Amino acid sequence: MKPVRFDYKRPTTIEEACGLLASDDNARILAGGQSLIPMLSMRLSRPSLLIDIAHIPELTAFVETETHIEIGTMVRQAVAQKSKLVKTHIPLLAKALGHVGHPPTRARGTVGGSVAHADPSAEIALVAATLGAEITYRVDGADEIFDASNFFIGPMLTIAPPTGCLTQLSFAKAPAVCGTGFHEVAPRKSDYALASAAAQINFAAGSGVTSIHLGIGSVGDFPERLDVDQLCGTPLDDAAIADAIHAAMQVVETVEDLHATAAYRKRVATELAIRALRDARDEISKDLNQ
Amino acid sequence: MNDVTLTINGKPVSGVTEPRVTLLDFLRDVAGLKGTHAGCEHGVCGACTVLIDGTAVRSCLMLAVQAEGEDIITIEGIGGSGARAGELGVIQDAFCETHGLQCGYCTPGMILAAEALLSVNTDPTEHEVREAISGNICRCTGYVQIVDAILLAAKRLGQRNDAAPSDANLV
Ligand SMILES: Cc1cc2nc3c(=O)[nH]c(=O)nc-3n(C[C@@H](O)[C@H](O)[C@H](O)COP(=O)(O)OP(=O)(O)OC[C@H]3O[C@@H](n4cnc5c(N)ncnc54)[C@H](O)[C@@H]3O)c2cc1C
Ligand code: FES
Ligand code: FES
Repeated sequence: MKPVRFDYKRPTTIEEACGLLASDDNARILAGGQSLIPMLSMRLSRPSLLIDIAHIPELTAFVETETHIEIGTMVRQAVAQKSKLVKTHIPLLAKALGHVGHPPTRARGTVGGSVAHADPSAEIALVAATLGAEITYRVDGADEIFDASNFFIGPMLTIAPPTGCLTQLSFAKAPAVCGTGFHEVAPRKSDYALASAAAQINFAAGSGVTSIHLGIGSVGDFPERLDVDQLCGTPLDDAAIADAIHAAMQVVETVEDLHATAAYRKRVATELAIRALRDARDEISKDLNQ
Repeated sequence: MNDVTLTINGKPVSGVTEPRVTLLDFLRDVAGLKGTHAGCEHGVCGACTVLIDGTAVRSCLMLAVQAEGEDIITIEGIGGSGARAGELGVIQDAFCETHGLQCGYCTPGMILAAEALLSVNTDPTEHEVREAISGNICRCTGYVQIVDAILLAAKRLGQRNDAAPSDANLV
């Protein structure tokens, strides 16, 4: 037994959970526990109260609207990975989920917990930032919505209100013709990545490529979008893709740690971004070349 | 202190525990089942793997209080039961046969990860087997014989037509 002493509560409504959060400055939300419990065991986290949100039915809902897929924060990563809604409408997330930890950690770890935790190498956070997902927090009885593309501000740091409870992530449905690519390099299969890249190209018959979403993770302090908008309307050939990504990477700040130098991370992220975007293009090559 | 009641290997178990006690420590110290091994105790090695509703999870990354009401299988619940009580289960037997273990520290976790895979995929590829045990570290074998063991077990389970009710949880 390694963690410090704490109390444990199991609320059944969001309101009750928020009330508990507000009642104690040192309270923490416990979702899947796959990041929090290791921190408790190492005593990096010393809460006085854990609020287990696994028994709040609203937080495990999957909702399809005309334009969006809303995923409750407590949806387990393994459930999202198998979900038909995710495969059909958020294909980039479906690709990324297989890289998040291992089958046993995905069985418990949650989609929202990963975003709230904001590890710089978290794949779900990368996809959310790349696609500009909407992140909803319940704070003081009202919903506050954040744009994932500027939600992450540092390692394990977000602009979320400290007394808020993340309730859901909302992703715009991908268009019928859309290409995606996801690549990462990790020391061991499914471990935290040293560099990762996610790409999605949206296409509409008649107007061609309507938007290009590209993001890299694990390279700086948080997942970041790369601006390659100038590629819209071009034939997306290999040389143009490489040039645009090299240019966009110039301004990216990289971090260094025990596992990889900054230069290595940057070099690898550049190559992975190129591959991810090429994969996305190849998936829609039939439509592009019409 | 909190009361915790759960089902372990088909039997109801109750205990009184502090919220900070992990399911791993509860299984070993309260339920007295020492087959679930403590390796790293922070989620990286897989030695503590157990099944909850048939799915492999890490018992060191769960508090005992979170497991309230859950149905848990540990390595002690994997062998034969009924007329086959005391015998090894098919997966355990395959590990012995292919030399899938040396010191044995990782073995309970490996076997439960294999059990979770074979319960949903009766004919896995080598790649699928490697993916299923990707979160389990073995410092001895080099993994080759472990993969062999799981593939052999899959083959045996697939060929068997005597699926006895007592082993129902195996197939
Ligand atoms: C061996 C191993 C490998 C892993 N590999 C990867 C990997 O490759 N990629 C990856 O991205 N992750 C990886 N992880 C971590 C991943 O499994 C976690 O699931 C994820 O980081 C956190 O989700 P969780 O549901 O487990 O959250 P928890 O651990 O329960 O919580 C994490 C943090 O988020 C806060 N939080 C959670 N939910 C909410 C909410 N609704 N509102 C407000 N705050 C909230 C908690 O208070 C806590 O501070 C790995 C973990 C392990 C053990
Ligand atoms: S003891 Fe649980 S993963 Fe190592
Ligand atoms: S047999 Fe020794 S750790 Fe696997």
